[in-house]
Amino acid sequence: MPQQIWTHPYMPNSAPENLKEMLDTLGIARMEELYENLIPEELRFHGELDLPQPLESEWELKEHVGGLLKKNIPCSRYTSFLGAGCYRHYVPALCDEIANRAEFLTAYCGDTYSDHGKMQAIFEYTSMMGELLDADVVSYPCYDGAQAVCSALRMALRLGQQEERDQLLVPDTMNPEIYSQLKEYTYGIAQLVRIPHDGTGGMDLQALEGALSPRTAAVFLENPSYLGGLQVNAAQIGRMAHGAGALFVVMPEVSSLGILEAPSAYGADITCGEIQPLGVHMQYGGGCAGFLAVAQEERLFQQIPTYLYGLCPTQNPGQFGWGRALNERCSHGSREKANEYFGTESGLWAIVAGVYLASLGPQGMRELGEHILQKTHYAIKVLSQVEGLQVNPFGGTPYQEFVVCFGPGGKTVAQVNRALLDYGIFGGKDLSKDFPELGQSALYCFSEITPASEIRRLAGALQEILGGGSHA
Amino acid sequence: MLKGRFQEARWEEPILMEQGSRGERGILMPAPEPEVVQVAGTVHDLIPAGLRRRQAPKLPEISQMQLARHYLRLSQETIGADLNIDIGLGTCTMKYNPKVHETLVRMEEMQELHPYQDEDTVQGILQVLYETQEYLKAISGMDAFNLLAGGGTQAIYSNVQVMRAYHRANGQGEQRDEVITTILSHPGNPGAAATAGYKVITLFPDENGYPDLEALRKAVSPRTAGLMITNPEDTGLYNRRIREYVDLVHSVGGLCIYDQANQNGLFGIARAREAGFDMCHYNLHKSFASPHGSQGPGCGAQGVVKKLEPFLPGPKLAFDGERYFWTDPGPQSVGKIHKFYGVPQVALRAYAYIRSLGAKGLRQVADLAILNNNYLLEKMTKIRGISLPLAPGVRRLEQARLSWEDLTRETGVTSDDIDRRIVDYGFQSYFSSHHPQIIPEPFTPEAVETYSKADIDDYVQAMEAISREAYENPDLVKGAPYHGALASQIDTRYLTDPKLLITTWRAYQKRKAQEE
Repeated sequence: MPQQIWTHPYMPNSAPENLKEMLDTLGIARMEELYENLIPEELRFHGELDLPQPLESEWELKEHVGGLLKKNIPCSRYTSFLGAGCYRHYVPALCDEIANRAEFLTAYCGDTYSDHGKMQAIFEYTSMMGELLDADVVSYPCYDGAQAVCSALRMALRLGQQEERDQLLVPDTMNPEIYSQLKEYTYGIAQLVRIPHDGTGGMDLQALEGALSPRTAAVFLENPSYLGGLQVNAAQIGRMAHGAGALFVVMPEVSSLGILEAPSAYGADITCGEIQPLGVHMQYGGGCAGFLAVAQEERLFQQIPTYLYGLCPTQNPGQFGWGRALNERCSHGSREKANEYFGTESGLWAIVAGVYLASLGPQGMRELGEHILQKTHYAIKVLSQVEGLQVNPFGGTPYQEFVVCFGPGGKTVAQVNRALLDYGIFGGKDLSKDFPELGQSALYCFSEITPASEIRRLAGALQEILGGGSHA
Repeated sequence: MLKGRFQEARWEEPILMEQGSRGERGILMPAPEPEVVQVAGTVHDLIPAGLRRRQAPKLPEISQMQLARHYLRLSQETIGADLNIDIGLGTCTMKYNPKVHETLVRMEEMQELHPYQDEDTVQGILQVLYETQEYLKAISGMDAFNLLAGGGTQAIYSNVQVMRAYHRANGQGEQRDEVITTILSHPGNPGAAATAGYKVITLFPDENGYPDLEALRKAVSPRTAGLMITNPEDTGLYNRRIREYVDLVHSVGGLCIYDQANQNGLFGIARAREAGFDMCHYNLHKSFASPHGSQGPGCGAQGVVKKLEPFLPGPKLAFDGERYFWTDPGPQSVGKIHKFYGVPQVALRAYAYIRSLGAKGLRQVADLAILNNNYLLEKMTKIRGISLPLAPGVRRLEQARLSWEDLTRETGVTSDDIDRRIVDYGFQSYFSSHHPQIIPEPFTPEAVETYSKADIDDYVQAMEAISREAYENPDLVKGAPYHGALASQIDTRYLTDPKLLITTWRAYQKRKAQEE
């Protein structure tokens, strides 16, 4: 055999007998004969790709990659107060069990007839999200919450196109990463107007009033805001948006919806957001997936750019099947005429989020929301006792997160967070770059698995760090 | 050897929303400590009145065993790539997803990482991401890579945004408002171009099956922003004149974007660099062996030449010789494309895959993928009623678009019928074609390198059997499936008539109540 063949476990036909039989069937002596006349010499790559030598045995590979990963310090080892769009909650063992099922993990775009179970699992996810969001139409998950916001607002722009509505009013406290993505996603077709916040961190209603116009396509609201505060004026903002003929687009925090109204209840036309908190591990941010939800109104759901899994009756009375509905909306169905591009997004996390919602049920979701709310307010009280901190400067009702300002203590967030590492603590997300007006501030996050004792330990650590005291 | 009498699990599971009963619990959540309740006060007082939920969400109330059983049954009604010879899903590169990768991905040191942790505490994963970018540079010949997009089409879109920013920076943003693509390129290409505001010009195949070069000559102009093209296209035909297409677009100032979602037949054989492309992307959940996860999460790796690097999305991953860290991508960057850093766990699997195979292994992947495909075609084209349209006599690389046109004409059985029938033989549904279908009654197999000769023979035998059925008893095939989890055909009006759309159980119940 002229070619040097490496018999590899992932390549059954690299075994000499298989290979010979196949070459013989094709009447060739070497595999290269199949393509050496197809690809012109000048387009061929010659030599060997500049890659490290293979780690041939599975053991070597596992040692090497596992060794690299062990350099990481996971949030299960340190205590983390990080959130800002990626949240650590308890992941029920059943969520992991189902996420790791090879049937789901290795399925792809098989549809109605080969993947009936997958289709049902996705439909059950959308059904449960429909209950949580009080919405009749829920999409297949998109890439992440940021894409969901971008698409929700492009939906609003398309709906406002006839009336030449090309402005999007967004809070100036908006998640800065999502804002960055939105800016480029609406480049050339929309003007983004940042509405300032009032003293409580909510959208300033007077400023909003002044900004609303016949050009407004949508008002966007995060509830709670990126900085953690619940938006008590949400319904009023929705009414104001509608009064100007604009749509109201809201991103809620899904973990809160066992205790808080779904945005549609206070006027949201499009609800969008992130499902990572629902049973998906953080995975350095890789556990994200987005949702879009609207009422059963054709003008709204026809604008959704990603899959809709539709329930269908079958020839068998009482038995359902599913398929992808209204595909002309999507680029797979109509190429450049589609609403927007889309592709392989985050199907597995929809199945897992479904397992999570069904595990918790209404009672579990209520307890989850209550716990997070109480933990957050407990933390405010505990941290407020630390000298040199300004805790929750906006007041109001934070959910899950609030701002902690280190200005009075004279240290930067970076310095504090470095010092906290020695205590085995990941301090809050540094806001000083994205929100310079807040000075040296950080966004601290709390959940049902942040023990009260760890919050007290954080307070003690901060006291020592800010007081200049040393520790062992 | 043809397996007889396959039967997929058929549990006829009721909808989860109809299971369980009031008060059942699936899991108990940790309760707040007494001091928390004492200090924080009651929930009732904490929630602003206007936001308090009046009606609890009507989620299922079901105990854990019953819930586990439900989902395990649904999993049994799903034919993942692990369970079948998944040769039918061409363009998707359904290769084996090594189990050791899953062991690694499930380590706490991966799963429990927060994206904003101090960089010193995530040096392991940062090294993995950085090195993966370096490897992809070598594999493609591009100068800069990032792994920020959450899937292939998002990487395509990211390339379009970079193209737009580049022309904008050159003062030609308004002038260059057209993108040229081909009808056999993935629909995400025109979709992404149009999303970014471009007018799309589509090239069709010439009489030899390659994108029409003369049509391209007519299409290029000072308005051309760029060309978005795949090679080989879904037909598996390698366009040997690709450099001419690229040069032509460059000659009018346009950029060339190479859709390399499927790179499987090209490892170590041909690169984007030698063909003159400015940008490319890889789907790490295809050729790089990360599982497809019921349609995601995936990862789209984006590669560009030097002059486009300043426009890439951020953040940028850097290495100073000792330490890996994220940096600002600079003032010309298009900003964010995905939350945080894309989908690192998919990149981790790609890293492990590249490390396990190295240059010689990857080259062999391409060789064997091409061998497998050609072996498959050799056998498949002998089946009655099937043909290989476009470019007769020219070999394909790693996949091919076949046609059942003859069989349909002679028996009335369509590709869609066969696609349902194949489930009865224990194979996953196959991929016919993207829309619009310019090849009649299409079918696009891809026998990747992880399938054995015996696997391919099995697959061919099943297709032979179905062809025979079509000629002898067409109604049998038309009535399929019989042995799937769902053994009756759906009423597809519910997928095409907006008035019949049902995406949630509550919408179904409302519809039913209206009808009664």
